[in-house]
Amino acid sequence: MKFFDDIRIGDLREFGKHTFTVEEIKRFAESFDPQPFHLDEEAAKRSHFGALCASGWHTTAACMRLIVDYHKRLAAEMIARGEQPAKIGPSPGFTNLKWLKPVYAGDTVAFASEVFEMRPMASRPQWGVVRMRTIGTNQKGERVYEIENTAFIERRAA
Amino acid sequence: MLDRGAAIFNLFAMSRIYFEDFVAGAVTIYGPRTVTRQEIIAFASEFDPQPMHLDEEAAKKTMLGGLSASGWHSCAIMMRLLCDGLALHSSSMGAPGVDEVKWLKPVRPGDSLSARVTVLDKRAPKTRPHMGFVQFRCEMLNQHGEVVLEANYPGMFAKRNREAAE
Repeated sequence: MKFFDDIRIGDLREFGKHTFTVEEIKRFAESFDPQPFHLDEEAAKRSHFGALCASGWHTTAACMRLIVDYHKRLAAEMIARGEQPAKIGPSPGFTNLKWLKPVYAGDTVAFASEVFEMRPMASRPQWGVVRMRTIGTNQKGERVYEIENTAFIERRAA
Repeated sequence: MLDRGAAIFNLFAMSRIYFEDFVAGAVTIYGPRTVTRQEIIAFASEFDPQPMHLDEEAAKKTMLGGLSASGWHSCAIMMRLLCDGLALHSSSMGAPGVDEVKWLKPVRPGDSLSARVTVLDKRAPKTRPHMGFVQFRCEMLNQHGEVVLEANYPGMFAKRNREAAE
């Protein structure tokens, strides 16, 4: 992770893509969201979704995996250059999560984010707050997912 | 979301709780459900492979001070509590999103989680006479009565009687 001091409003990051398979969709739904339209093709056809689609929480989880992998790659590159990656603190939460369109079985969703707000933390001078909007776009170019995440990111020592 | 009128009513013909049944101010508790160490690690291995969610020793050195569930795992557990307690016994049509989630406290192995759900408000758009939106606040509580997660979100529910609604 870059240090807070090296991040700018408007910074864009592309996290990569994930393809949601039938098997994965059903497995996630069996554990966490066993509604008919996430579990069974026939029941999904009769539902308002019209076909088997992923739990909205499966989309958020798959996005998180791509974000973690992205930061691991970035950290490895920084270490290879002899730099120390910044620490990231536990996130306090998120706002404005939107499941704009169903993510159907076989869909490939690309996730990317843009920084839209930054502020130093008065109470903890070694940390800054960064807010970013992450967007998921399917293979047809349709925006299916949107969320505003908040992260605590380490500042460079003064 | 897609709107397929009559199909919704076939799918939900046997369901019990409809849009009309929600009353502002009503509070219901769903659960509890216990979260195991194995589940925490399995979820994190697939979706959030960071040290504080994967390994007890590595987690002790992080700001969370010990192994804790991914925040996305907490959200997924909340979904399961809401599914078993409400969605599967109702005319639920899913949710368009979540206005806000606050991760207030870590979820630890062995924690027993319940969802305390308050109906804040409801509205029935004229343009979609067969359904309505119910605004909820869901607080997820651990066995000590501490709120570990708070969520505010609208749920979509079909009405009991579409003809009457039209």
